[in-house]
Amino acid sequence: MVKFIIKRILAMIPQLFILSLLVFMLTKAMPGDPISASFLNNPNLDPEVIEELKEKHGLNDPWYVQYTNWIKRLLQGDLGVSYVHKVKISKLLGERFANTVVLGAATLIISYLIAIPLGIIAGRYQDSLADKLIVGYNYFSYAVPLFVFALLMLFIFGFRLGWFPTSGSVDPQVTKGTLEYYLSRLHHLILPATTAALLSTVGTIQYLRSEIIDTKYQDFVKTARAKGTPEKYVYNRHILRNSLLPIAAFLGTDIVSILGGSIFIEQIFGYPGIGQLFISSILQRDYSVVVVLVMLSGFLAILGTLLSDIIMSIVDPRIRIEE
Amino acid sequence: MSQKPLLQINHLKTSFRIGDEYYAAVDDVSLTVNENEVVAIVGESGCGKSALALSIMKLHQPENTKIEGEIIFNGTNLVPLTIEEMNKFRGKEIGMVFQDPMTALNPLMRVGQQIEEGMKNHLKLSKEEMKKRAIDLLDKVGIPNPERTYYRYPHELSGGMRQRVVIAIAIACEPKLLIADEPTTALDVTIQAQILDLLKDMQKEMQTGIILITHDLGVVAEMADKVAVMYAGEIVEFADVETLFTNPLHPYTRSLFNSLPSAEHVQDRLHVIQGMVPSLKNLPRKGCRFADRIPWVDRSAHEENPEMREVEKGHWVRCTCWQHFDFPDEAEVKSYAIT
Repeated sequence: MVKFIIKRILAMIPQLFILSLLVFMLTKAMPGDPISASFLNNPNLDPEVIEELKEKHGLNDPWYVQYTNWIKRLLQGDLGVSYVHKVKISKLLGERFANTVVLGAATLIISYLIAIPLGIIAGRYQDSLADKLIVGYNYFSYAVPLFVFALLMLFIFGFRLGWFPTSGSVDPQVTKGTLEYYLSRLHHLILPATTAALLSTVGTIQYLRSEIIDTKYQDFVKTARAKGTPEKYVYNRHILRNSLLPIAAFLGTDIVSILGGSIFIEQIFGYPGIGQLFISSILQRDYSVVVVLVMLSGFLAILGTLLSDIIMSIVDPRIRIEE
Repeated sequence: MSQKPLLQINHLKTSFRIGDEYYAAVDDVSLTVNENEVVAIVGESGCGKSALALSIMKLHQPENTKIEGEIIFNGTNLVPLTIEEMNKFRGKEIGMVFQDPMTALNPLMRVGQQIEEGMKNHLKLSKEEMKKRAIDLLDKVGIPNPERTYYRYPHELSGGMRQRVVIAIAIACEPKLLIADEPTTALDVTIQAQILDLLKDMQKEMQTGIILITHDLGVVAEMADKVAVMYAGEIVEFADVETLFTNPLHPYTRSLFNSLPSAEHVQDRLHVIQGMVPSLKNLPRKGCRFADRIPWVDRSAHEENPEMREVEKGHWVRCTCWQHFDFPDEAEVKSYAIT
């Protein structure tokens, strides 16, 4: 197992290398550059000064020179400096990373809390009224675009009812470390997390439902009943455990993808996380940040599949990782 | 051999819902299994033999199934029982061996746990006692190295070994009746013989009655004391095994025997029964259900409402057409070809 994980991590290196090349070139291919973007339409600035600045930051070098310089620093653990924010990217990420992880974890937990019971009910009582309502909700959550739904939630619960704050991750007036601070964070978290969770249940519900419907007619379920096992245990011990396998397969990618942040949710709810940083960095041509963020999400995607493989090998005895 | 009836099925009718209608897959079946007796139920695919087996255990989906008639097990009618009441019989009084050992075991549970589950449901045993008993059972059904197999998952075992585990599960609480639903169909021939031997040994040792569902007349000859031949949801002939093999009477039974390759004389072609078993929806509900497949027999030879009649002691046959039945030559059969 350890050997397998090390092998997989080593295999990530060429993947990440190709990704870094692609990302770097694509970012460079975007029109504009950070210096021009910062001083756009500023008549007080001499174009020669801008040119000088570009030269100083190496922005006029050919792409492969820029790339080599960047990758050298990256390998030394230096993510670079944000052109726009004028701080180290590692510092810029650090602040937002915690926010994103908290939001992502909350979203994932709420999403499972909704999806698993609903999936079980829909699968067990197939074609009942409850099943039809749940499938209806699925269609709804799959069809409604996140940004429309998020705006609606924000409008109703944030503005109209005023139950939740409409932006930020914490009330700026509370002092860090107090109970009040944590309650304020929680208060800011509920609306964006619930909104995202409500629309991200569809996969889990649908998979669980059809897995349960599939599993409950399997022969081994008949064997279990033929032993005189009460229905409660037939469902928990036999049907549910087998039906949760595909959900477990997604868990790895799900866990890891929350670290990448949600662009829409963070943007709409003004939640200072990685996703929001990503959007603003693209708009401001903050190359160094964009590249790092894309690399991060690529790294997370690869890590997610590895994590999924490990989870699967733990929950399903038929899948054993060969050394 | 004791002749105390263990299971008495009276006028059992099992119907499944298709759309809004119920269609009987098992129709007016009456059958008695005595203690320590092996009764085989033979018939081709789709004749309702598995539906009959599952009806006894009430393992059909309750929302789409209607069971009428009586299934009296040791004095208790199982038909009106709820699932909770039925669970006292399942596994404890009646054990079941399924057809396909590849799918009959839960892939996520260790073999030992699956054997212990039945004991957990019915017997008050400590953990150690259950484990000891499970390992004894594995040993009894002929699994080498039972202590290790106890911790194995089903996918680590071969088909034959899995079927042994399925049998161990079925006999874990020493049931008085064992229902074996085509226990050897999914296995290859050498393994089939071993599994049949095992079932026979278990039956002798534990004095259980067995209902053996099969379409293999060879298995019947080897295992059964009595045979019921089923066609299209009905029993068409019932006799003890010697009588049936020496003197089959019903046209369907005779057709089945005629379809077997024989060791005595070489045949180029085997007899083929004309047509197909009608599907559940198209089952003839009136008259002799086999009439359509022996078109050369005059319609008047069949009864309007065919009933089981005892033609000699212990030998029951449905309908009167057997008295007028004989196989025509091949050319004649072809001229009756059913389209």
